[in-house]
Formats: sequence, C-alpha cells, structure tokens
Amino acid sequence: MARGGWFGRKRKLDNAPEGVPEGFATKCASCSQILFVRDFERNLKVCTKCGYHHRLNARERIDITVDEDSFVESYSNLFSQDPLKFPEYQEKLHKARNTSTSSEAVVTGRATIDGFPVVLGVADFSFMGGSMGSVVGEKIARAMEEGVRDRLPVIMFTASGGARMQEGLLSLMQMAKTSAAAGKMNEAAIPLIIVLTDPTTGGTYASYACLGDIILAEPEAIIGFAGRRVGNQDAGAKLPDNFQTSEFQHEHGMIDRIVPRRDLAATLASILQFFGTKRITSAEEVAHAE
Amino acid sequence: MLNNTFEFEKPIEELESLIVSLKSPEGRAKAEVEGIALDEAIGPLEAQLQLVKEQIYNNLSAWEKTQMARHKDRPYSLDYIRIIFDEFLELSGDRLASDDEAVVGGLAVLNGESVVVIGQQKGRDLRERQKRNFGSARAEGFRKALRLAKMAEKFGLPLISFVDTAGAAADLRAEEHGVSEAIARNLRDFALLKSPIVVTVIGEGGSGGALGMAVGDRVLMLEHSIYSVISPEGCAAILWRDKAKADEAAQALNLTAEGAKKNGLIDQILPEPLGGAHKDVVAMAATLKAAITEYVTELKNIEPEKLVEQRYKRIRGFGQYGEN
Repeated sequence: MARGGWFGRKRKLDNAPEGVPEGFATKCASCSQILFVRDFERNLKVCTKCGYHHRLNARERIDITVDEDSFVESYSNLFSQDPLKFPEYQEKLHKARNTSTSSEAVVTGRATIDGFPVVLGVADFSFMGGSMGSVVGEKIARAMEEGVRDRLPVIMFTASGGARMQEGLLSLMQMAKTSAAAGKMNEAAIPLIIVLTDPTTGGTYASYACLGDIILAEPEAIIGFAGRRVGNQDAGAKLPDNFQTSEFQHEHGMIDRIVPRRDLAATLASILQFFGTKRITSAEEVAHAE
Repeated sequence: MLNNTFEFEKPIEELESLIVSLKSPEGRAKAEVEGIALDEAIGPLEAQLQLVKEQIYNNLSAWEKTQMARHKDRPYSLDYIRIIFDEFLELSGDRLASDDEAVVGGLAVLNGESVVVIGQQKGRDLRERQKRNFGSARAEGFRKALRLAKMAEKFGLPLISFVDTAGAAADLRAEEHGVSEAIARNLRDFALLKSPIVVTVIGEGGSGGALGMAVGDRVLMLEHSIYSVISPEGCAAILWRDKAKADEAAQALNLTAEGAKKNGLIDQILPEPLGGAHKDVVAMAATLKAAITEYVTELKNIEPEKLVEQRYKRIRGFGQYGEN
C-alpha cells in the first residue's frame, strides 16, 4: 500500500464507550474485551481481539479515509427545519447539533484518496441515527449532481436507520430524490461507489445505498430493509444467524466485496484508478478539480 | 369493527337503523295505531342523516382516514382497473425468478388508447390475502412492475400506477431476494422513464413499498387514502412505546392527502363518494378515470426528454430545509 499516514494519525478519536476510564481503556461492544484506547484507535476502532468494527462518526471516517487535510466540506449551510411541527423534533435536532461532531446526519465535500479527487458523502450515525430527512437527501443529491457536473467519482459511506420519521412524507421522498440523482450519474457514466457501514437499513438501504456501480461493506455491519426485529415477527426462529448483515447481503448477491476497515482506502484507490480518475496533488486543485 | 362500521360511524348507523325500522311494515303498523304521520317524520330524519354524514365524513381525523384507507370493503386496484379500462389483459412475472401476486399489471385500453397498467393488490378473502401477501410486494413484485414500466417506455405508452400497500414485505425471502435493491432500482428508473407516468394512491401508501411504485409525473390521492413514511402504529411504538397511540401518531405524521398536498408532494386530491370509495365504486372509478384521462392526454403531448426533465425537477424539489 503506497499510502502513508493511515495508521499514524494523531487526531483524537472521541465517543469512547461509557463505563471505563476515559482515554485509557475501553471495552469491545461485541466480545467485551478490555482494550487500551491507544491500541483500539491505532486499529481504527476495530477490536484487536475479535475484529469487530465499531461505529465511526463522520469526522473519524473522513480522517482515516482521505489524504491528510484534503477534505473540503460543502453544503454545510443547509439545516433542518420542522415542517410538521413534529413532537420533540426541535429538541432532538438541538441535542444532536450539540452532541454530534457533525451538523447533520451526512457530511459532504471534496477530498482526495491516494491523490484521486472524489466527491465524498459520509453519513453520521451519531446525528439522529443517520436518518435521512430533507437536508440529508438534498446534500446527497447535490453531491451526486456535482459529480456529474465536474465528472468526478462519488463515494458515499452510509450509516443510517432509514428515513427521518419526524419529517413525515417529506423524508420518504428523499429516497426518490437521492435515487433520481443516482440515475443521473448512471446516465452520465460517473462512478458511484457505496460503502455500507453499520448500520444501514430502511429507506436509506432501499434507495441510493443500493444503487452503486460498486457496493462495498464493512464486516458484520447490520445491513437490511426492515431491521431484524421488524422483519422476524412471523418468520421466527427460521432466520439465519447472519440475517441482515454484510455477510448475508454478500451471500445473496447484493454486495460486491466485504472489506475490512484497514483495507478500505486502498480498495477505494484501486477502484478509482480502474475508472480512470486522474490523480491530483495540491489542495487547491482538490477544491477546484474539474 | 363490527358489521364494517367504525366507531366514528356509529351516529350514522343509529339514524339509519331508526329510519329503516320506521319504514318497516311493523313500524308503519305501529305508526298507524298511534296516529303518527310517518312520512312527515321520516323526511326530516333523512335530511338529518345526510347532514350527519357530511359532518362526519368531511371532518375525519388522520387516524379515521387511516381506518378508511384500510377498510375491508375498500376497492382495490383490480376493482378500478376493471371499470376504468375498456380492456385489460393481465401479464405475469418478473422474468427473473417468479410472479409476485401482490402486484398486478398488464396491457390496458383507456378510451381506445393503449396504456400499461401496474397496481398493488390486496386480497379480499383470507385465501386471496395470503396469495397476495396482504398486498405487501417482495422484490419480485417491484421487478415485475419495472419490467412492465420498461415495456411502456419501449413502446411509447403511458404508464398508469395504482398504489395500495401497508408496506413492502419484510420477511426472509424478501430480504434474500433483495427487496431493497428492487425498490431502489424502481425509484431510479421510474424517475428517468421516457413515458408519462400517472400514479394514484387509492388506499394505503405505506412507506418505501408504496414509493417503489409511486414515482411519476402526476401523483394523485383519493380523499380518504393515506401516504406515510411509517405506519401510525410503528411511529407510536417508537415515539411513545405504545402502539395504542396510533391516533396521535397519525396526526403528527400528517399522513392525509391534504398533508401531502400542502407539502407539494402530490398534485390533486380526488373526492370520494360520501362515506368512502366503497360506498360507490362505480362513481369513484368514474372520478378516477376522468382525472387519469386528463393527465395522460396532457402528458402525451410533451416530448419524452422534456417530460423526464420536468419529472426530475419535480423530484429534486421534494423536501423542506433552511439555507444559511
């Protein structure tokens, strides 16, 4: 792997699991192994014992994916309203804005990956479960249209429970909006690369997340339509253990490759190279790449 | 629900049964004995009945409309298809794996012109309900719809879609066969289909399952149909951990035709016969046919490229957000 700086990132990763002294040790959410935070972070929040991939927020994801300092955020001026005056939506938005490192459930922008310029979208599950409301749909659609306009590949990291219930039918329509924009990319033959991360379900999975030319997923991520609890009401015990995981979807032909986190950036770089993306180097070129 | 009557319809039922009993031979005999002029009494009662009906049906809450949309006598896609079109030749299969009977479709003739029709179909009795998976399509159903839509495009024919589902199937088979992918593909390909598409939500417009057949140039809703991102029960369970609060959730979700229209997500609300579409399916079908005919006529005159451009713009405009 030609890329440097992947494992040696200095920036602090936050949201350590609760219940253990902050900054020193943490516990694997899957196997409960006590892990030194330093090792855990060096291992990109993948458990050094069982290999479980813990969730990353958008900033952490961008940090470990793109070339250092290459990310330039866009459309961060869009903000959610409360069109239905839905119970507790304002409060939830307020809380999410204060606690999440992102201003909405998706962060979009431009970056380079191993020198290849891309339009990037990264969902943030820590912002209202990554749910897709009007802003999320709009940012994704704009990012895709930007890819078409500037003939740049678009990479979308998904992590979302689905449509944002608090915006009612308006949020359902974001499925149509993002899929239509993906259709424009399809017609223009601009590569759309999807990386499914834990969890990607509901209206997000049943729209643009399923429309990539290439669809990758992290291991053991929850990936599915209705969520295991909703879906298994009458199927009961017959459900396979890996129901609605990356492995299940891969087995059924819905995912191209399951890629461990440490190999993702290199895999993306290979794909970008395959599609003939031209490498650029300076930050200024990233922002104005055409 | 007893005898197909909802709680909110009780006052109507009471008045109706009073009028019926007065009009019965026993009622007439009794009136004669007591010297009451029955016809003079019945007239005002019938006028009152009409008023009560209007009062109730014109002021249904979101939850009452949800119940109407799910009414077991509510006309389904095939009921309308059989009345609206001069002819209908049903076609089957997704040409990939199987035939999903939760979706129907085929060739149809509308006022002498060829069109392609697709619809989501619930079952009337238990056997049919099972056969049609309660109107919840799996991947095969959405792929069947897309296959027919592509045929419409290939032969330059308008596509007419009827939406009526509680939601897409969420069982093991649906997941194994890629129901998400099938819905997603429909959203993408319907958005850019080079044929006019007229969609009507006739009953339940349940989430992604409904949307998977509801992307079009014109989207209509029947007066008492609903269209929602999540069922009121599901929403109540998430919000208040109490399915019984579906009433409040329906209100909060604003899942009525008025709600959809207000947010610019549909074009027109079609009035239903007093008491709901099931009270007079022929009249409802006539209203529906007139609207579909009008839109198809209008859309057929638009160049396919321009049509797709307008549709894309329409879809792109969905949503409400602020911009600093």
